[in-house]
Amino acid sequence: MKTTDVLFDPVFSKNPIALQVLGICSALAVTGNLRITLVMCLAVILVTAFSNFSISLIRNYIPTNIRIIIQMVIIASLVIVVDQILKAYAYEVSKQLSVFVGLIITNCIVMGRAEGFAMQNPPFISFVDGIGNGLGYSVLLIAVAILRELFGSGSLLNFSILPLVKDGGWYVPNGLMLLPPSAFFIIGFIIWGLRSWKTEQVEVKDFSIMPHNGMNAGISKAGS
Amino acid sequence: MFEEYLSLLLKAIFVENIALAFFLGMCTFIAISKKISAAIGLGIAVVVVQAITVPANNLIFTYLLNDGALAWMGFPSVNLSFLGYLSYIGVIAAIVQILEMFLDRYVPALYNALGIFLPLITVNCAILGGTLFMVERDYDFGESVIYGVGSGVGWALAIVALAAIREKLKYSDIPAGLQGLGITFMIVGLMSLGFMSFSGIQL
Repeated sequence: MKTTDVLFDPVFSKNPIALQVLGICSALAVTGNLRITLVMCLAVILVTAFSNFSISLIRNYIPTNIRIIIQMVIIASLVIVVDQILKAYAYEVSKQLSVFVGLIITNCIVMGRAEGFAMQNPPFISFVDGIGNGLGYSVLLIAVAILRELFGSGSLLNFSILPLVKDGGWYVPNGLMLLPPSAFFIIGFIIWGLRSWKTEQVEVKDFSIMPHNGMNAGISKAGS
Repeated sequence: MFEEYLSLLLKAIFVENIALAFFLGMCTFIAISKKISAAIGLGIAVVVVQAITVPANNLIFTYLLNDGALAWMGFPSVNLSFLGYLSYIGVIAAIVQILEMFLDRYVPALYNALGIFLPLITVNCAILGGTLFMVERDYDFGESVIYGVGSGVGWALAIVALAAIREKLKYSDIPAGLQGLGITFMIVGLMSLGFMSFSGIQL
């Protein structure tokens, strides 16, 4: 297992959001504005990396029966640290993130990596795995946030890119992009694109439509 | 009084639907919505756990953690609110565990039906999210009971509706890359747009 593989696999080939449906709760609510998204991504990368590291350090001393609670306590403590730092140095951003910083505790990526990777692997590689999965989460989130902010309000990081009509420019902002449901459509399309590129990720169908039989084909031919 | 609670309940179920307006509990929402029967089981489990944990955390917040909450013990200047996340998740994990043991002992039928879903609920963001919203909005005990039930019912309603759509969707011809996860995201997006029509309603 190479360190670079552990670091970069989760970004594209095993993206935690696009492939495993982990951690999308927060992915949708915080992507309206790129600045907030960046803060959120940084928080998630830090929490995932350090929780993986700490859990891996004590993995041989954790009794199996109560491992979930122990993991929870470690993750929750890290999130408290992040939350206090945000409140101290970036109060405005922490107000806008509201409950979503706290919800990093239940972000399935953090929990999933702790349970699935850190419990079996030594500390350093677990730390790298945490950063890799945090990056995989961030790449998707940042892509969604760029699309939403650029087309929703014509700006990136609050700098105007597409001059808006109301400020004398030419761009009419797409209001749908500012609404939360747009994140679902964008992630849907990103998954579609990703799976057309890496076809081994495509899910197997339960059923397939039968090809047209002779009679139906005849009718449709006659109709055309 | 009664009207106030009723409007809070309706608001928690429809207007501020915790799944479709705040996108909480999405991981399980998408993972466990392939079959209606499983969705109903998980939905009921969420309602029950939500209705117990939100009021329980409300008591913890009011009497232990809030600024000056320890006055009844003789420490009026202590503010433990920074311990919030740790205590809430601990309370949730403990209640889920107790509920599991209780059901196993006294209601085995329900325990078997909910079996695998109960432990999953500890890491469901909707549960922790409900508690955090309760704290942020300063609900009192009565309101937090209503909010807990309402948000749980709203989440259950959303997942059952999604499961019903996905069961029908199995028979449709979807482009290969969009199969499964991709199309589910788009459907949830459309459902969420639909639920936004409730947002203009004044209660």
